[in-house]
Amino acid sequence: MRFCGPKLSLCGLIISVWGIIQLLLMGVFYYIHSVALIEDLPIEEHYHTAEEFYAAADRAYRQNALNCWIAALIYVVTLAISTWQFYANQRASSVN
Amino acid sequence: MANKTQYRQIPTSESQIKKRAKMNPLFRSEEITLCQMFIQPEAAYTSVSELGETGAVQFRDLNTEVNAFQRKFVSEVRRCDEMQRKIRYVEAELKKDGVKIRDCQEVPRAPNPREIIDLEAKLEKTENEIMELSQNAINLKTNYLELIELRHVLKKTQGFFYDENVISTEAMRNNMTQEDATGQGANQGRGRLGFIAGTIQRERVPAFERMLWRISRGNVFLRQAEMDETLEDPETGNTLYKTVFVAFFQGEELKNRIKKVCTGFHASLYPCPSANDEREEMLKGVLTRLEDLNMVLNQTQDHRSRVLHNVSKELPRWSIMVKKMKAIYHTMNLFNMDVTKKCLIGECWVPVLDLHKVQKALSDGSAAVGSTIPSFLNVIETNETKPTFNRTNKFTRGFQNLIDAYGVASYQEVNPALYTIITFPFLFGIMFGDLGHGFIMFAFGFWMVSGERKLGAKKSNNEIWNIFFGGRYIILLMGIFSMYTGFTYNDVFSKSMNIFGSKWRINYNESTIMSNPLLQLDPSSNDLMEGEIYPWGLDPIWQLGTNKIIFLNSYKMKLSIIFGVVHMIFGVCMSTVNHNFFRRRVYILLEFLPQIIFLVLLFAYMVFMMFFKWVLYNPKAIPPHSPGCAPSVLIMFINMMLFKKSPPLHGCNEYMFTDQELLQKIFVFIGLLCIPWMLLGKPLYIMCTRKNNNKVHNGHNGDVNQAMEMTPETPEELAPAAHSESHGHEEEPLSEIFIHQAIHTIEYVLSTVSHTASYLRLWALSLAHAQLSEVLWNMVLALGLKSDDPIKGPIMITIMFAAWACFTLAILVMMEGLSAFLHTLRLHWVEFMSKFYEGLGYVFQPFSFKLILDETDE
Repeated sequence: MRFCGPKLSLCGLIISVWGIIQLLLMGVFYYIHSVALIEDLPIEEHYHTAEEFYAAADRAYRQNALNCWIAALIYVVTLAISTWQFYANQRASSVN
Repeated sequence: MANKTQYRQIPTSESQIKKRAKMNPLFRSEEITLCQMFIQPEAAYTSVSELGETGAVQFRDLNTEVNAFQRKFVSEVRRCDEMQRKIRYVEAELKKDGVKIRDCQEVPRAPNPREIIDLEAKLEKTENEIMELSQNAINLKTNYLELIELRHVLKKTQGFFYDENVISTEAMRNNMTQEDATGQGANQGRGRLGFIAGTIQRERVPAFERMLWRISRGNVFLRQAEMDETLEDPETGNTLYKTVFVAFFQGEELKNRIKKVCTGFHASLYPCPSANDEREEMLKGVLTRLEDLNMVLNQTQDHRSRVLHNVSKELPRWSIMVKKMKAIYHTMNLFNMDVTKKCLIGECWVPVLDLHKVQKALSDGSAAVGSTIPSFLNVIETNETKPTFNRTNKFTRGFQNLIDAYGVASYQEVNPALYTIITFPFLFGIMFGDLGHGFIMFAFGFWMVSGERKLGAKKSNNEIWNIFFGGRYIILLMGIFSMYTGFTYNDVFSKSMNIFGSKWRINYNESTIMSNPLLQLDPSSNDLMEGEIYPWGLDPIWQLGTNKIIFLNSYKMKLSIIFGVVHMIFGVCMSTVNHNFFRRRVYILLEFLPQIIFLVLLFAYMVFMMFFKWVLYNPKAIPPHSPGCAPSVLIMFINMMLFKKSPPLHGCNEYMFTDQELLQKIFVFIGLLCIPWMLLGKPLYIMCTRKNNNKVHNGHNGDVNQAMEMTPETPEELAPAAHSESHGHEEEPLSEIFIHQAIHTIEYVLSTVSHTASYLRLWALSLAHAQLSEVLWNMVLALGLKSDDPIKGPIMITIMFAAWACFTLAILVMMEGLSAFLHTLRLHWVEFMSKFYEGLGYVFQPFSFKLILDETDE
């Protein structure tokens, strides 16, 4: 069963591979509390005490690491779908 | 005798050839000589064929005054044209039947005369066979079509006649006896009503109907029914939609008129018996005939496809053979016939390194026909400008094309392509500096390079793809260099990497941090670790700074000027290689020296001051060398040019070192002196040499004459050469030389300023690239990362990542990459190459079968 064209499936394939690699790495960086990514955390602009801030940041880092890994998993699914479609398209074109 | 003396110039010895080959083929275009070849007429075809296989010779047209129809081998070329026409016809037939033409694995050689006749006969036979087959097929199909139509007519009319019966009986009921219900009454009615049955194209039906109405004043009764089956036009293969009609009328007169209308509308009429039984019988007969015909048709189709399949295997070979043959005869048309008609004379440009190959090809050609008299090759001296030939490989070809797009180098001029291999990707990298984007580009380039055999084999007509594929090595190198500069700028998709550990520390206490939105780190305090710097590139802490852009701008601007000045100085230095090679060494003194002095004293001095400023001032030093005292290099440079002063801050020095003011004045003074030097040096030199030359020249001529009396053979060729050379110079009047030099000088002086400024595009594009990628991250990907919800978060990240990836590819890699590429190209063409490159040559176009076949493929 084919529902993606050859171009769409190839596009999906590339973005999925890229997404898996980059999101896995970003998850790792969030997990090790990378400072470079601090601007992309779901935290407030201002906290009253440093402990509050650290707690919020720690939670946000963990949360984002998890989110990134889940997103990478979603990309594994899209990778599987695109691969399947890609080969289905190739087989169809080689038959014709 | 003369021939023999010239013959010696061909470097036949191995060592000589090796020495020449050792020179980098990209450094300057290859040495080329004009040769004359004398070929026996019977060996001409095979010799030219051999030369075409080697592809090392560019023939010159010796019959320019003769038009294409009066040349010697016109009839042969016509024969080839005829064969090509046949091949095209067969190809079209193959395409019509959807038979794939496979590329032939090995390229056949040009056919020899016997093979030509065979080939011609084969082509003739194939063409006739296919033509006959298609004619037969058309006839059969026409028959088939007619039968099908008849079948439809018979079937459809069934209904009409039934309806008609009802109508006519009803009509008859009024005035006739009611005893016979159907049969007889209908027969009687039909006896008076005539009819015509047939088919007509569907789009013509309304007009046809109206016409019938008009000619009969409404007395024709037309019944029609659309055929549900689509038919095929036997000749064109188009689909036809037809309608069956029956026209009922009264009287012979009307019948004739209707028939005329039918022929006018190209309606085909079919005999249709009026009796039901007869019709049924006829239908049966039609059906059996149809079946028979179908079988015959299938058989012809089988036969045709068998023939076409056989041809399709041979066709590419034939096509290549004919193309080669035609190319050979075209080339032979460029040759001259000897007066005695004993040999053909051709003139050609040959790269010196390939002379032995050409000689081998000639001897092979003669040997192939068993000719006893060898063909031979003479090198002749010429003053004409020779073609430019750079031997490239798949790696260097792309870079050479970049240069050739600006202008083909003059013969043996220094070739910028060699340096472009590194400078081009490097300058591109400065503008495109991002490790992530660079990696994408590198991956794309690497994919194309690693699969180049496979990708190159399938020829694509997509122009954009062909451009990318042609420049695959450029893309690969650009990717690598962008990764390098991206690493130096510490940018990966606008994020920094803290690989070696930032060398800045935050020494503020908690309450200060909590109460201040922004805090400054002071490099003079111990915020910056003592004696330590980030080992490579930008310290990652800058990513969090609000003054990152201000800092980077100053840094990248200086970097662009430094690279620009170095690049330009290199360009100016390349001109010495040209002056030296073309024996104009005096121009090194008259042109290169003032140019380089001007550039170095003013602009390289500015570059020096940048470095000096970096070294001299540091944050922990006391006032004259503290950061606040550091003067702006740009202001300093302007003051230097205008002899102005700007008052320094309290406790600072205006100049960085003692006697700087004096030194600057001397530099400006010498720089200004260079302008009249450039302006007048060359014209005055030419003026002087001309005066001397005239004297010397007269004497020299006398010498030659004397010499000629003693040894008449040797210097004969030298004298006219010397003559024409000196004449060539004298043709340009002195005033024009002065004007040219004035333009040249003004251009150079102004260009040093404008070109230096032009290199600032390195900074501008790099800034734009970095900012765009940062904006894209913050506006798109950060949206996904900042969502707090544990369920919505991953989904948002997935969606936003896909959007971010697409934009990154489309805008940052494709668009920005293209823009950086164009700016790099401009920096090379204008800023670098204008310093030494003439680009007035014309390209060496060898007679090569490979090139001819590649061209016709596209």
